[in-house]
Amino acid sequence: MSDKFNGKVWVLGDDIDTDIILPTEYLALKTVDDMKPYAFSPLRPELAAKINPGDIIVAGKNFGCGSSREQAPEVVKALGIRCIIAKSYARIFFRNAINNGVLLIENDKIQDLVKEGDDIEVTVGEKISANGNDVSINSLPDNLVEILNAGGLVKAMRKRNGLD
Amino acid sequence: MGYTAIEKIIGRNVNKKVHAGEIVMTNVDRVMIDDIMVAFVKEKFEEMGFKKIWDPEKVVLIYDHFLPASQVDDTRQFKAGNEFASKYNISHIHRSDGICHQLMPEQGYVKPGDIAFGTDSHTVTYGCVGAFSSGIGYTEMAGILGTGQLWVKVPETIKITIDGKLPSNVTSKDIILKIIGDLRADGATYKCLEFCGSTIFNMSVAGRMTMSNMVVEAGAKCAVFTADEATCEYCGLEYNDNIKELAADYDAVYVRELRYDAKDFVPVLACPSQVDNIHPVKEYEGIAVDQVFLGSCTNGRLEDLQTAAAILKGKKIAKYLRFIVTPASVKVYNEALADGTIKILADAGAIITHPGCGLCCGRAGGILCDDEVVVATNNRNFLGRMGTSKVKIYLASPATAAMTAIKGVISEP
Repeated sequence: MSDKFNGKVWVLGDDIDTDIILPTEYLALKTVDDMKPYAFSPLRPELAAKINPGDIIVAGKNFGCGSSREQAPEVVKALGIRCIIAKSYARIFFRNAINNGVLLIENDKIQDLVKEGDDIEVTVGEKISANGNDVSINSLPDNLVEILNAGGLVKAMRKRNGLD
Repeated sequence: MGYTAIEKIIGRNVNKKVHAGEIVMTNVDRVMIDDIMVAFVKEKFEEMGFKKIWDPEKVVLIYDHFLPASQVDDTRQFKAGNEFASKYNISHIHRSDGICHQLMPEQGYVKPGDIAFGTDSHTVTYGCVGAFSSGIGYTEMAGILGTGQLWVKVPETIKITIDGKLPSNVTSKDIILKIIGDLRADGATYKCLEFCGSTIFNMSVAGRMTMSNMVVEAGAKCAVFTADEATCEYCGLEYNDNIKELAADYDAVYVRELRYDAKDFVPVLACPSQVDNIHPVKEYEGIAVDQVFLGSCTNGRLEDLQTAAAILKGKKIAKYLRFIVTPASVKVYNEALADGTIKILADAGAIITHPGCGLCCGRAGGILCDDEVVVATNNRNFLGRMGTSKVKIYLASPATAAMTAIKGVISEP
């Protein structure tokens, strides 16, 4: 399955922790849509309002470190972020993102080739094309691709329980 | 090729020998769900189409982050938790007994060799009793509640050996901060940290808890302090062959090994705003402090309160300072009352609060405003963690916190 898409880039640094992605005070808001305006607010209060569906986050190492709050990948998904490309991910965020059907790409070269606002093209499991450069990327392990393809863990479990 | 401690724990659970890198389906011995996440767990569990929990006896529900409630809608989480517990027959429910990561070992819910998951990143704490434990999100928790299982990749292990006697002003908090500074915030991502050596052998289970609690700040999946006699005494178990067999083999394979001489440690701080930004307290002495916090699942145990009390006995905190003390559980609170520790702290000028997570997660009980400085014994100094994003948070040991409370400026104990 060759999945290809374009998106506008937002650039973030290293160690973007889950308190930055969504501070604790907004975790118990009733819906993820209510949480959206506060995403990334400790670091960049203006960012959430500027993100459009289909945009791509390019970040440094250890993206999503910190707490186990699943609201973090959920709010990223609710903002319409098409995928995150980071040098590396913290493990709980990684699992949570996959379980919510958020595509994560691990790559440590693209950061030097793009700046905020650039438009880049991603071919899933194959390459990223940015400003005339191609960077190759790996595919995820099969058990994770299965969850992603089902649309997340909830849908995978519904299937297991004979509901969909 | 021998087996590491975590390979042995996981291998026993899945009933075959495993090495790092294998993906296996584990049979979960215990789960912990906290008040922030319970409503979401319930929603996902029902959306997945499950009708009953695989084994309600293995589920523990703990209210701690929002206790007592500080915002209008907080108690909604308790109501959701109560409904969930009664609908699916969960009987282990703690509504005001303390912080989840203190209660799980303290109340005997986790034992050596167990596999446990919780909806909070500091679930790594239970490695202090030789269990494999780690944090997960609410969707995966819902999956476990339905199936009793979770896939994990058997982690590689970094072996950390510490030998010798610590200087008298150094605590286990200084050790783990130094190690996080050396590994960096992502230096142990996906990995297990196995702690050994004579310093660890002679350390209390409470001291080990402080260290296992913080391994996630280096990205680790889990920590293991191999169960020994002290562990078994804490857990009320006999130190038998079944437990001894969980120790790593002499020829186990490690991805990296770090060695420390205990006498080389000094009191340190994690400076704003990263947990791996570690510096000796000495270098920062004299910085004025608005508030000192002693508590949390990292350092809210009896020995932490006693360490502070020994320094504060007969003294007063600096005049303009707020000193907030939060015991980690009701049991700790009662023990500290009984032995006079609470009185010493209160006489010195401390505000003693209810056991809970409040201030550590920036929810209640002492949040700060722009440009204020706090010296705190908890586990995270992230931007905005304890108030606004302009609060400067220095993480420290209970001893450094107590000495700083007296002087009103950052001070080495």
